[in-house]
Amino acid sequence: MIRTEEMLLNVGPQHPSTHGVFRIVLKIDGETIIEAQPVIGYLHRGTEKLAENLQYTQIIPYTDRMDYLAAMTNNYVICHAVETMMNLEIPERAEYLRVLVMELGRIASHLVWFGTYLLDIGAMSPFLYAFREREAIIGLLNEISGARLTFNYMRIGGVKWDAPEGWIEKIREFVPYMREQLSGYHDLVSGNEIFLNRVKGVGLYSKEEALDYSLSGANLRCTGISWDLRKDESYSIYDRFSFDVPAFDSGDAWARYQCRMAEIEESLKIVEQAVEQFPENGEIMAKVPKIIKPPKGEAYVRIESPRGEIGCYIASEGKKEPYRLKFRRPSFYNLQILPKLLVGENISNLITILGGIDIVLGEVDG
Amino acid sequence: MMNHLLSSPPGWIHAAIFFGLGACLLVIVLGFVTYAILAERKVLGFMQLRPGPNRVGGRFGLLQTVADVLKLLIKEDTIPKLADKPLFILAPVLAFAPAFMVLAAIPFSEHLKFSDLSIGLLYYIAISGITTVGILMAGWASNNKYSLLGGMRSAAQMISYEIPLVISVIGVILFSGSLNLTDIVNGQEKVAYIFLSPLGFIVFFISSIAELNRTPFDLPEAESELVAGYHVEYSGFRWAFFMLTEYVYLFAMAALTTVLFLGGWKPIPFLGFIPGIIWFALKFSVIVFFMIWIRGTMPRLRADQLMEFAWKVLLPVALLNIFVSAVVKELFLR
Repeated sequence: MIRTEEMLLNVGPQHPSTHGVFRIVLKIDGETIIEAQPVIGYLHRGTEKLAENLQYTQIIPYTDRMDYLAAMTNNYVICHAVETMMNLEIPERAEYLRVLVMELGRIASHLVWFGTYLLDIGAMSPFLYAFREREAIIGLLNEISGARLTFNYMRIGGVKWDAPEGWIEKIREFVPYMREQLSGYHDLVSGNEIFLNRVKGVGLYSKEEALDYSLSGANLRCTGISWDLRKDESYSIYDRFSFDVPAFDSGDAWARYQCRMAEIEESLKIVEQAVEQFPENGEIMAKVPKIIKPPKGEAYVRIESPRGEIGCYIASEGKKEPYRLKFRRPSFYNLQILPKLLVGENISNLITILGGIDIVLGEVDG
Repeated sequence: MMNHLLSSPPGWIHAAIFFGLGACLLVIVLGFVTYAILAERKVLGFMQLRPGPNRVGGRFGLLQTVADVLKLLIKEDTIPKLADKPLFILAPVLAFAPAFMVLAAIPFSEHLKFSDLSIGLLYYIAISGITTVGILMAGWASNNKYSLLGGMRSAAQMISYEIPLVISVIGVILFSGSLNLTDIVNGQEKVAYIFLSPLGFIVFFISSIAELNRTPFDLPEAESELVAGYHVEYSGFRWAFFMLTEYVYLFAMAALTTVLFLGGWKPIPFLGFIPGIIWFALKFSVIVFFMIWIRGTMPRLRADQLMEFAWKVLLPVALLNIFVSAVVKELFLR
C-alpha cells in the first residue's frame, strides 16, 4: 500500500517573497495547500504603547516606521487626528504641500508594489524599472523633507519645511514623465499572456466577503465597490480636485493589479491639479502652542492610505501625552483574509495571492 | 583525423589523444561558460538599467566570473546533518557529467567534431535525460522540503518537455533522412530547416528553454517561491556544479538548435568566404542572446499551467508539425 501524508511547510520569516518578516505555516498535499496558519509579530515595536509616553509631535517619527513605503499618509493621519481634536485651521499652502507629498508617496508605494509583485511572479526587469521611477519620487521627497523614507515631514498644524525653490517645477515635469513610463509598464506587463494567466481568477473573493473581512483600499475596490475616503469622506483639500475612483468587478489578483495601476494615474491627476493650484506664498504652519495639549475627549479619523483605510484613534485626558493611541492599520486588516484564500491553492499561488494583498510588515505588526 | 582515430584499434596513445582532446573541449566550454555568464549579466544589466559587473578585470568585468568561481572554490563545503550523504555528493556530478557528454556528438564545423555518431541526435536526447536524475537526487538527498518540491517539479517538467522536444525534431529528421548531425547540417545546404519547419523550430525552442530551466520555465528553482529549489542546501563548488550544468546545457542546446534549424556552419548566400566556425558562432550567439532576452522580459509560469502547456499545446502542435513537414517534403524537396 502506498501511504501518503501531508507535509508541513514553513514559509518565512526569512523567505524572499513574504515581503519582510511574515511567516506562514502551510500544510500541503503535494503542491496543494490544505491549511495555512499565518504567524505575525516579528516586527512588532509597540508603537501604540510607546506613544503613551510621548508628546504628540514626538509620535510622528514613529508613524513613519509603520507603513514605511508610504510614510507621508501615516504622518498625516496622526496630525489630522490631533488637529481634529484641537479644531485647528491649516494654512492653504501647507494643505497643498501635504496633498502633494501624500500623492507622490502613494505613487511611490504602488510602484514598489508593482515591482515586487512582478518579482514574485518571476519577472525581474519591471522591478528595476519601477524603482527607477520611485527613485525620482524619493528624490523629490528627500528634497523637501531631508529624508528618503522616514520623512517626519508633517507637524500638527502644518508641515515642517516649505517647498525649496524649483520643487514645484520639478513635479510638473515629473507628471508627464511618469505617465510615459506607466504606459511602458502596460506594454511590458499588462498584456503579457503569462502574467495574465498567473493573476486572472487567482485569490478570488466576493463583495460580501471583502466587506465581512473589513478589507479596504484596492483589496476592496477590486470587487467593484467604489469606496475611497478621499472621495466619500473627503478630508484635507481633496474635494478641490477632480479624480476618479477606479473599481473593477472581478475580485481577483488581476483586478487588484488593474486597480493599483489605475490609482497611479488618478494620483498623477491630483498631483497635476495641485501643482496648478499651488498658492504662490503663504504660511506653512498654523498658530499652535509650543506644547500641544488636545482637550479632554476622544477622536477617530480615517484617511485613504495606499494600502487602504488607515485610522487613528486618540483618547486624550488633556495632557501633553495621549492616554491611549490606536492605529487602524490597513495591512493588518487586509491580511486577515489570507488563510481563507489559500486553502486549496497551489503553492505558486501563495506568492501571487500574498503579493496581491500588498502588505507592509511594519504596518501589520505595528 | 577523428574518423581515423575512431576506426583504428584502441591503444594507450589513442586514449591519451582522446583525453587531451576532451580536456581541450572542456577548457573551451568552461571558457564559454565564463563569458556566457558575464554576457548574461551584462545584457540583463543593460536591459534592466544596471551596469552589470564592472570592477574585476577592467571596465567590462572580464574576470568577474573567474573571481566568482574562485570564491566558490574556497568556500566551506557544508553537507546538512540529516542529508543522505552519498546521494548528496553524487548528485551534482551526475547532473553535470551528461551535460558535458552531449557535446561529443555536436559538429561545430565541417572538420571540428569529436565523434560522427550515426545517431547523434538520439544520443543527445538520451544522455541529456540523465541530468533529471541528478536533479531529482539532489532534491531528495538534501532532506529539505523546498528542495524536494523543486526536485519534483524539475522531474515533472523535464520529462514533460522532452516529449514535444523530441517530436518537434522529427520534421528535421524527415527532411534530412538521417539522425546524424553532420548529415542534418549538410541537408541544409540550400535552405535552413527553420524556414521549412518554422512550427517545429518554435516548439523546439520553447521546449529547449523549459529543458534548460530558464525563465519563464524556471520553476524548479523559482526563487520567489521555492527559495532556490533543488539546490537550496548546496554551497561552494557543489552548487557551482549545478550552475555549470545549466550553462553547459545552454551551450549544448544553443549548438544543437544551430545545427538542427539554422544550418550549422553553412554560410548565408554570397558570404561563403567567412569561415564556417564563425558562422556557427554567430548563429549560436543569436540563440543565446535570445534566451537572455526572454529572461529579461517574461514572468514565470505556474506549475500546473506549465504541464498544461506542454501536453495540451506543444505536443499537439509538434504532432501537427510532423504532418506538415511530411507535406512540405513531398511538395518542395523531391
